[in-house]
Amino acid sequence: MKIMNCPLNGPRNISEFVYGGEVKTMPNSLTCSDKEWADYVFYSDNTIRVITEWWYHSASGYWFIAERHTASDEIFKTYDPSELFNERIEFESKPEPVEEKSA
Amino acid sequence: MPFSLLKYGLKNDYPFENDVDLPSPTELKKHYDVVIIGGGGHGVATAYYLAKYHGITNVAILEKGYLGGGNTARNTAVIRSNYLTSEGVKFYKESVDMFKGLSNEFDFNIMYSSRGQLTLAHTDSTIRSFRQRTEVNTHFGGKTELIDPQQIKELVPTLNMNPADMPVLAGLWHIDGATARHDAVAWGYAKGATQRGVELHQLTEVTDVIVENGKATGVKTNRGTVSCGCIVQAVAGHSSIVAAMAGIKMPITTYPLQAMVTQPVKPFLDPLVSSSALHCYVQQTGRGEIVFGGGSDPYPLYNTRSTLDLKESLLASAVEMFPFMANLKLMRQWAGITDMTSDYSPIMGLSPVENYYLDAGWGTWGFKSTPICGKSMAELVASGGKVPELIAPFAMDRFDEFRQVNEMGATAASH
Repeated sequence: MKIMNCPLNGPRNISEFVYGGEVKTMPNSLTCSDKEWADYVFYSDNTIRVITEWWYHSASGYWFIAERHTASDEIFKTYDPSELFNERIEFESKPEPVEEKSA
Repeated sequence: MPFSLLKYGLKNDYPFENDVDLPSPTELKKHYDVVIIGGGGHGVATAYYLAKYHGITNVAILEKGYLGGGNTARNTAVIRSNYLTSEGVKFYKESVDMFKGLSNEFDFNIMYSSRGQLTLAHTDSTIRSFRQRTEVNTHFGGKTELIDPQQIKELVPTLNMNPADMPVLAGLWHIDGATARHDAVAWGYAKGATQRGVELHQLTEVTDVIVENGKATGVKTNRGTVSCGCIVQAVAGHSSIVAAMAGIKMPITTYPLQAMVTQPVKPFLDPLVSSSALHCYVQQTGRGEIVFGGGSDPYPLYNTRSTLDLKESLLASAVEMFPFMANLKLMRQWAGITDMTSDYSPIMGLSPVENYYLDAGWGTWGFKSTPICGKSMAELVASGGKVPELIAPFAMDRFDEFRQVNEMGATAASH
């Protein structure tokens, strides 16, 4: 069994975790072009190196970040997302409600 | 074929003594009209049809390892066309038809065996999707039927009709489903291509692609630089990495897919059986071994290692389907590398680089499309980049235009 070190729960069996994709910056869906959005959603370098990716410990509902090599499958580091994201990210996923403004 | 067999049968000498399969290796030429990267089934099939139908023989196939030694040798050799979308069904249907004639065409036995493929439904929603697949298949001339549990019992008497407490409610019976010897397909194509003048260079690794002014003009290899008129990339398992040499980013994620085989037993299973809910497919080979396969691994990786997790889950499902298999011993386990696209359809046709053609994203559906893929890619190359209608829906820019060809419902472990 492969073991992954969960930053919250310690070493656990890899089958308890779910892969969540590479950590990449989401473009603003309201202002970006279709190509930029397609690039974010579908395209990937998909190469052989150490990549930074999201993982989820499903038993405790906890998302974290791991650095893993895509050929050796070696997991070098796992850490809490707060190490990369230290302020709240606004996704701006829905348009602002249109309101009549009185002058 | 039968007459030549009879002729050989009456001869005194062994007929194949002077029959060389592949010519000896030669030096690389300075220039080729077409360079094909990858000497797997798709690459050699493309070369074969270029030579046979279009008279283009100044072609080099550059293979890093040996002929058909990559994912051509690692798939589980299932041939079927019971997909979900009309684009997909049309494409795979033609492939199945071509497979039927290959042994005669090559004068070499690819051990094509049309045994039918049965996919089991355990839920009402699966039956609905099966109905749709039956209709789409029938419309395009395939032989697919929806059958009930009684018919399933007659087809596969050893099947447990209540595996993992999920009763078998219906089956998608694909009469055209078949299997063939995957190595022989690559060998047959390679033999036919080299006899017509195509050069197959094994142990020749492409290390860089030369792109000038947005046009591919040559490749650098471990045996020197070669200039060329155009390049066809046919490298299942490393599509993103080879494309990156030409500066192309692809909508592909690469996962391993593990499969395994048991010791041989007496023939008991004629059709290829898969379960949509148990994520497992089972077939008995001509040698009596039972081959198991499932879905790809749960996370991306460029590695053919074996994991206990997958063995456990796959074998648990197989034993649920055929309980007596619990007494069998596993003989071999292996893995292939699958280039998965998010819509479970391939990427074929033009690329952002001129004269650089893509045959990629073959995930878990590459072997069954070998003949039609070779024929279509040859057409594309010979016409100088005019995309054949059959493969137009599989262009890479479908992802930029959000018009994917969704085969999700028809793949993922239901091979």
